Amino acid sequence: MAPEPPLLTMSGITKSFPGVRALDGVDLEVQAGEVHCLLGQNGAGKSTLIKVLAGAHQPDGGEITWRGAPVALKSPIAAMRLGIATIYQELDLVEGLSVAENIFLGHEPTTARFVVRTREGRTAAGALLKRLGHPEIDPASPVGALSAAQQQIVSMARALSHDVRLIVMDEPSAALDPDEVDNLFRIVASVTADGVAVVYISHRLEEIRRIGDRVTVLKDGRAVAVGLPAESTPTHDIVAMMTGRKVEYVFPPRTTSRPGADATEPVLTVEGLTRKGEFAPVDLELRPGEIVGLAGLVGSGRSEILETVYGARRPTAGRVKVAGKQLRPGSVRAAVAAGIGLAPEERKAQALLMLESVTRNVSVSSMSRFSRAGWIDRGAERRAAREATRELSLRPDNPDTPVRTLSGGNQQKAVLARWLLRGCRVLLLDEPTRGVDVGARAELYAVIRRLADEGLAVLLVSSEVPEVLGLADRVLVLREGRVVHTADARELDEHRVLDLVMEGSPTS
Amino acid sequence: MTQPVSSAQQGGPDRGAAPAPVPGPRTKDAPPRGRGPRVDVRNLSLIGVLAVLIAVGGITEPDAFLDTGNLQLILTQASVIGVVTVGMTFVITSGGIDLSVGAMVALASVWATTVATQEYGFAGILFTAIAVGLAAGLVNGLLVAYGRMVPFIATLAMLASARGLALQITDGKTQIVTVTSVLDLGLPDSYVLGIPPLVMMFAAVTVIGWLVLNRTTFGRRTVAVGGNAEAARLAGIDVRRQRLLLYLLSGLCCGIAAFMLIILSGSGQNTNGNLYELDAIAAAIIGGTLLSGGRGTIVGSVLGVLVFTTITNIFALNNLQSDVQQIAKGAIIVAAVLVQRRTSEHGET
Repeated sequence: MAPEPPLLTMSGITKSFPGVRALDGVDLEVQAGEVHCLLGQNGAGKSTLIKVLAGAHQPDGGEITWRGAPVALKSPIAAMRLGIATIYQELDLVEGLSVAENIFLGHEPTTARFVVRTREGRTAAGALLKRLGHPEIDPASPVGALSAAQQQIVSMARALSHDVRLIVMDEPSAALDPDEVDNLFRIVASVTADGVAVVYISHRLEEIRRIGDRVTVLKDGRAVAVGLPAESTPTHDIVAMMTGRKVEYVFPPRTTSRPGADATEPVLTVEGLTRKGEFAPVDLELRPGEIVGLAGLVGSGRSEILETVYGARRPTAGRVKVAGKQLRPGSVRAAVAAGIGLAPEERKAQALLMLESVTRNVSVSSMSRFSRAGWIDRGAERRAAREATRELSLRPDNPDTPVRTLSGGNQQKAVLARWLLRGCRVLLLDEPTRGVDVGARAELYAVIRRLADEGLAVLLVSSEVPEVLGLADRVLVLREGRVVHTADARELDEHRVLDLVMEGSPTS
Repeated sequence: MTQPVSSAQQGGPDRGAAPAPVPGPRTKDAPPRGRGPRVDVRNLSLIGVLAVLIAVGGITEPDAFLDTGNLQLILTQASVIGVVTVGMTFVITSGGIDLSVGAMVALASVWATTVATQEYGFAGILFTAIAVGLAAGLVNGLLVAYGRMVPFIATLAMLASARGLALQITDGKTQIVTVTSVLDLGLPDSYVLGIPPLVMMFAAVTVIGWLVLNRTTFGRRTVAVGGNAEAARLAGIDVRRQRLLLYLLSGLCCGIAAFMLIILSGSGQNTNGNLYELDAIAAAIIGGTLLSGGRGTIVGSVLGVLVFTTITNIFALNNLQSDVQQIAKGAIIVAAVLVQRRTSEHGET
């Protein structure tokens, strides 16, 4: 190694959120001028780590050394002053402002520290864009009018407009076409040639081989490998390091013998369901008592498929049938009336009435059952809600508890109880254990399996591959909006699924 | 890591099946009769404010303030704006706003008092007032629910056009009501046990409003849409239809209020209901309805109206100018919202 100290050293970084230990002693070392790749499954701690690096999260413990001296990254501004720029996956540009205004947002060239020198900013922005190989982007045009790829370039230009020594890129290629990815790589190569380091996060192993120098692998909030050579480490080793988790979940046993299971009529039939730009035609059959899992990365179209089946998004083509009867497309009410229920990904934003009690959250989809001419029989409502929540052993066992005071697992049970009470036949579960701590997970798994055994058909989406494999009977593997593989869950293992999910950029 | 799992599974059914520990749930079972303990506290504090105001009035102007006629006046004045506030409370609870209430009252009151309408007598006036309110509310609702307009903008547009239309109908003139059966309702002869008919109408609207908000699916849906519109939609509620009905309800309340105002003033004017939107919003907010939606209280709104009306009355009796009144109103709004902020922060974290 060069006698010069590494640009950045992070050691033993820890960070906890309520109920979750997101970072459990992570080490990272980045040299000037290298492309350092960060790998890990969803929830491994990558996002938290880069937020610590960007000054957006304060670590609970550990040390950060910058060019040989210990530093504290107290705020995003502090990180930026040191020369650390972060390009998030969700671009943080102001759409109404011009390209130049976005690039120099917060450090505009000014006269008397007050009057913005617009022309100077545009000239400088134009020079930066030219350096990035995109002279065609007009610094004066509004950012909202640009394509996703061009917006990414603007984010890059913003990063470079600072005196930057380290650029963190969170899945920069996710929204790009193949030739745009090539250009991105050219830019990365040119900035690293100037001695700037890049921390590059991607799910695509192929990309990491192309531009990466070294690789750090995260798993369950720990760095399981630090600074491996990116080119020569075998794929299988990397996948093996990403999987094999510390926490072994307990999955309920499958109902092994379901005599005549194939003979029963499917309760949910999905035929050629398509949404342009989100997912290619999907065919799917769900029988009572069956749990089918959709495995795939974020952005592979998992949640979109679920929400389209539910009618929350309008399909561009295809049909959804419940017990042979076709549903009106794009209508949640039709889906609910036919007996479909959804436990959405963002529980607080999409499912719960946070100001209300458990009872009211549970009864909201079945109010007509407790009412005559719109008049609610509150006693019957409360009894029914209590019965449904007891069946799922929701705690505390008091239906008047405000739902916001419940833990994540119990909030999820409240959502499940809503559909249990409604008497639905098909349950769509999107990330059912997100924000649920480990102990409560096994309990939720048992609940889901029991509901299936009682005759419910369950369609499950999860970014945690072991969860899909452990809980589902049948698994559909998705990549970039396409079903690439369908198999019995017992015939698949985590390696195989990850291989399928990450197999480079789309070939078809 | 199976240990916490198995213990949780053991604990689950046990705790679920065993009879709930007596003291815990019992005490918690008691309060939810109303709208949760916090709202009750807030209502209590408004009742306290009202008591203080009555004391102030009784001390500064003992003869004039506590006179039966004056108390009847206060309640009568509260009635018209009170009915508007009940409708407004529903809209705000659903996360919306209706800036056009004052203008709708004006339009309904002048349309119902044209010479042509008055020919149809009592029924003509009542029917027209309510029909005009409903029609204006329907337009608001369609714009918001199906035209996807921001409620602030849609009802602001209605405010401007309804006032303009009211001016066009009257040509700026006061339309005197000649139908005696309508005017009689404003006279002391029609009081039942000393209660003016207008106050009884207000009481009826309040009771019905409370029941609808707290005891019906309509009320539940209103709260759900205001608390989390996306969750309501994904739970299978027809959010757009609900929004349409809510603006229709606000229009209905404005129609009723216009009829009451006709009785009270014996006329229809295009300047009627001026700034009612601000008074109604202010009363609902100090009553404890969340401007962001998801929580609403009819009782609080009515108390808010009574507080404002009583202040106005006391200030008038003490010969204080309206500028001082306005400043006091502003101070009360700020104080009430600050108190709410503190209680809700305590409750939420």
